[in-house]
Amino acid sequence: MSEIFTNSIEKKNKIAPPKISADSFPAGEEKVMTAEDRHSEARIKGEIKIMVENFNFYYGNHQALKSINMEVITNSVVGIIGPSGCGKSTFLRCFNRMNDTINGTRYEGTIEIDRKNIFDKDLDVVDLRRNVGMVFQKSNPFPKSIFDNVAYGMKINGIKDKSKIEQTVERSLRHAALWEEVKDRLNKSAFALSGGQQQRLCIARALAVEPQVLLLDEPASALDPIATAKIEELIHELKKDYTIIIVTHNMQQAARVSDYTAFFMLGELYEYDLTTKIFTNPTRKTTEDYVTGRFG
Amino acid sequence: MNKKRFSEIIGFAILRFCLGLVLLTLLIILWDIFTKGYSSVSWEFLSTMPRKGMTEGGIFPAIVGTFLVTVITALFSIPLGMGCAIYLNEYAHGGKLTRLIRMSIRNLSGVPSIVYGLFGVVLFVQLMHLDTSVLAAGLTLGLMTLPWTITASEEALKSVPQAYRDGSLALGATKWQAIRTNVLPYAIPGMLTGTILGLSRAAGETAPILFTGAAFFLPVLPKSLLDQFMALPYHLYIMSTQHHAIEQVRPLAYGTALVLIALIFLMNSVAIFARYKLRQVKLES
Ligand SMILES: Nc1ncnc2c1ncn2[C@@H]1O[C@H](COP(=O)(O)OP(=O)(O)O)[C@@H](O)[C@H]1O
Ligand SMILES: [Mg+2]
Repeated sequence: MSEIFTNSIEKKNKIAPPKISADSFPAGEEKVMTAEDRHSEARIKGEIKIMVENFNFYYGNHQALKSINMEVITNSVVGIIGPSGCGKSTFLRCFNRMNDTINGTRYEGTIEIDRKNIFDKDLDVVDLRRNVGMVFQKSNPFPKSIFDNVAYGMKINGIKDKSKIEQTVERSLRHAALWEEVKDRLNKSAFALSGGQQQRLCIARALAVEPQVLLLDEPASALDPIATAKIEELIHELKKDYTIIIVTHNMQQAARVSDYTAFFMLGELYEYDLTTKIFTNPTRKTTEDYVTGRFG
Repeated sequence: MNKKRFSEIIGFAILRFCLGLVLLTLLIILWDIFTKGYSSVSWEFLSTMPRKGMTEGGIFPAIVGTFLVTVITALFSIPLGMGCAIYLNEYAHGGKLTRLIRMSIRNLSGVPSIVYGLFGVVLFVQLMHLDTSVLAAGLTLGLMTLPWTITASEEALKSVPQAYRDGSLALGATKWQAIRTNVLPYAIPGMLTGTILGLSRAAGETAPILFTGAAFFLPVLPKSLLDQFMALPYHLYIMSTQHHAIEQVRPLAYGTALVLIALIFLMNSVAIFARYKLRQVKLES
């Protein structure tokens, strides 16, 4: 255990965009595109949605994220895994600057979304948050009706057109695979829904403001297996239209839903690669130990 | 096991005894006031002016005076108190200054009411030239209730889960939008309850209005907010300690006490009812 940790600190993190040596692939699979290939292609096509460069983050004197470099391709799903306390939630909350609400936090480096630094002085954080939706670990429906929950974001963003609101509410609920279950009781309290339904309601609520990026912080950690399966299915659907970053504690879940996986440890991005690669043939020993459940 | 059970029984017995003692005292007081006071309470008592040096007639001006002064107290302390609470709980960074301010507010709620009375004389009556008036007395009582209003409102705001605020912000709400649409609606029932309880305490106070506006005997209604007024608690104080024919007016004093208690009971009921109703609306919507 302690060996692993000293090891991780000694090796400096320079893994994104990921570099994978040719010999890490067995012969005969050369046609498979590596993460590096895919990122180069995306860069050429202008399909890099998010770019994190030399990013550090501090709570007071405590450094929670250490020189993170990372790119996210448009409409891909990135899973973030790592032992608890390694900074997954902190990292996620950087993308919509929810960390701004915590006193004494500070950062260095840049995060670009669509080539625009989200920490720029002239960037309106309200616009950013509309563009980057977030679903919290603990589902947090508001004490309003199901309809009003989904309509909330539109209302605060000044949309008054009733029929537009109704259409968007229906579309978002359908998109979140909840419509069939709630269409007869839209005016009932959101608290009457089950845990899994509440979480999908929160997803619908986030979708209703039409973001481009969706941040999910352990969205299924409090749910039973059936509700979890529904959420995972939903993520598969959503990635057609959204760039998704999902934190998960559950290794199988990361393997199932994400295209790329980022392994964090002690605030460092330890390895970032195609999900299949991370789970079958990771470059670093620590990653392998973690994904095979030898620690965590 | 048996020993545990035994000590539990003893423990509960002691707790029940404490509760019983408190309730009994309260009931005795209420019973005493009710039996001695209800015979003098009539429509005439409620609706006419006192006559013949307060040995006859009613307490109408005192009821009106207490009502007016309470309204002013409410208009002054509710918006100001809620505003302070919103600022302290939602906007102020929890630094040293905030903690100092909060501690001062807590301490102010323990300052004796007569001190507020003296402060009111200096500030409102003399410095602001309001003279002894409904306005000066109402503002003095308002100052006195402010710490209670702020504390109660802050507690109510604290009880709204942080997740509501975060949820709003994450959907692109500004901070004020988040507070207005997703915090205040759920905090207001609690804020109101605490505030009304504070007001009902103010309505029963004598010391702060003693020098700032309450009149000994004034058988006319105040014509403006700058007139003096009669108030129930002060009237009661006079009738039971300062009157020249104390024994003769004792039934009237008890009647006054009964009306005052009924008024405060009514206000507290409104507070409880309002909270109940608002809670229901919140859960249904
Ligand atoms: N609000 C906060 N204030 C101070 N430190 C925090 C705060 N939130 C998280 N941390 C610290 O930052 C580190 C990363 O936390 P977090 O991002 O929540 O980890 P994870 O989501 O991976 O479990 C932890 O050491 C944690 O103690
Ligand atoms: Mg977390």
